[in-house]
Amino acid sequence: MSDLLQLKNVSKTFGEVAALRDVNFQVGTNEIVGLLGDNGAGKSTLVKIITGYHQPDAGGQIIWKGKKIEHLSVPLARDLGVEVVYQERALADQQTLWRNIFLGRELTNRWGLLDIKTMTRETRKLMSTVMGFTSSAVSPESTVGTFSGGERQGVAITRALYFEAELIILDEPTMGLSLSETKKCLDFVEGIKKAGKSCIFIDHNIFHVYPVVDRIVVLDRGTVAGQFMKNELTLDELIDRLYRVAQTGSLEQRDQASQ
Amino acid sequence: METHPMNSTAEAKSLSTTIKAKGISRLLRKWSLQIALTIVAILIWAFFLWRSPNTFNSYDIYNSLMLTTPFFALMAIPQTLVIIVKEIDLSFPSVMAWGVAAYELVYVATHNVWLGFFACLLAGLLAGFLNGLVVVKLGIPSLIATIGTQYLWRGVVMVTTNGQGKGMIEVKSTLLYPLLTGKVAGVIPMEFVWTIIIAAIAWFFLNRHKFGAHAYLTGDNPESARLMGVNVNRTKIIAFCLVGLVSAFAGFMVSESLLFFWPTMGDGYLLNTLASVFLGGTSVFGGVGTIYGTVLGAFVIAIINPGIVAAGWLAYWTQLIYGFIIVISVSLQALLRRRFV
Repeated sequence: MSDLLQLKNVSKTFGEVAALRDVNFQVGTNEIVGLLGDNGAGKSTLVKIITGYHQPDAGGQIIWKGKKIEHLSVPLARDLGVEVVYQERALADQQTLWRNIFLGRELTNRWGLLDIKTMTRETRKLMSTVMGFTSSAVSPESTVGTFSGGERQGVAITRALYFEAELIILDEPTMGLSLSETKKCLDFVEGIKKAGKSCIFIDHNIFHVYPVVDRIVVLDRGTVAGQFMKNELTLDELIDRLYRVAQTGSLEQRDQASQ
Repeated sequence: METHPMNSTAEAKSLSTTIKAKGISRLLRKWSLQIALTIVAILIWAFFLWRSPNTFNSYDIYNSLMLTTPFFALMAIPQTLVIIVKEIDLSFPSVMAWGVAAYELVYVATHNVWLGFFACLLAGLLAGFLNGLVVVKLGIPSLIATIGTQYLWRGVVMVTTNGQGKGMIEVKSTLLYPLLTGKVAGVIPMEFVWTIIIAAIAWFFLNRHKFGAHAYLTGDNPESARLMGVNVNRTKIIAFCLVGLVSAFAGFMVSESLLFFWPTMGDGYLLNTLASVFLGGTSVFGGVGTIYGTVLGAFVIAIINPGIVAAGWLAYWTQLIYGFIIVISVSLQALLRRRFV
């Protein structure tokens, strides 16, 4: 499997705090990677480096399809085909649905004039095809602040999907969702796999992550504590190891010692 | 999650009328603030018309309104943009004077009125840019930063003019004079025309251009905007620049209409301008606001004083009524938002 994205020796410090230390991380083409780790393990920082929101410290490398990328920015990452569904959804609550779908990427002509007609029409189309909004109370002109948690998630996912990403990052997508909404979300991850795209799936809940991913990477206190293919071990073994990581901060060393 | 009270009753009706009713109620909801404000403005005007028909049936009062309102309505327009991006600019009264001071400096050196005029606009732009830079790069809240720059520019004006006023008779022989302070067909003052032009341009950019889209998003949720690749800093800086530019323009207009520049010019416009913006339904929390609302807000602010005097009441009442109208209308706005958004 060729690598779509590769991070080499990526570190990130905020003032005194080292959020990431020498992280090496890859995502293969058409691979679903589960990213696990406790709060503060560096998952969100890692995501924000991949999306160009944070710049890695000097020495770190970001390689996309075998090419080294200098100065990755949010617009550049989007141009490459990286889409994120952020934990906090990254929506603007008082704005209309169509403005949120096209947030930061408004369809415009050469002079920056908005193509409102097309954006509204596309939004209306997405509402019935992707988001599954059927209520006549919701229109492209509705403000997203009035939506439920699941609907908001639907907006964020639809946005990621619409722009034909090659790599979709889901940052705790099931947080705050109902059971049926969670199921829909996991179906969506499987849809990514079927469509031939790649995905980084971040979630606290191992029972959500395990069934849908190909490979699992565990972060702990800013470093990669271990990674393995799903078919190498069962869910029970995984839980056992994660428990050990929480205690020792390392997956493999402890593992070898026990063998 | 709010429920839609329409749902249960509407189910019985046929689908098409439901959708139509939804469309209309949605429009009403979307523009509820603007509609309410329009009604309030018309009511106030009708009240004054009823109380003093002689005054409010004559051209004179409207001429005078069209002459005086622009001086703060002009600044209220870009100020609306700044407040939409969740910032505020309190420095514009000084920037008005600083623009004209820059004009004076260049005019004295070159004896070219037009060159001076452009220097005035440039000075305003620069002041706005500085505000934006301080707020965005140093992260100082704009409320504080622009109190600082207000003193700064007033100080610069005082120092460069020695606190002395100066005649501007030289402007009268140039095209700028009729262009800024003339009258269209002898009836409509250019001050008013410029207000409408600038309001139209601002409306266009706010509603039809990427800049406006980014302004709303920046004010609504700067973090989301940033995550999704909106250049939040640039959007804010542009908004501040526009206030500076328009303030200098308005300052020049005020001075030109009197053919005299006094260094304390601009003092007294601060509260009228901000009251217009907030009366017009722009939210101090960012992300919400319209140019239409602001222009209408300026009209309401402008009409109260002459209205009260014409009605034969003591002008002492003015402040009280201002207070009432502003407090009641912003309370109403808060209630409308809670109900509909």
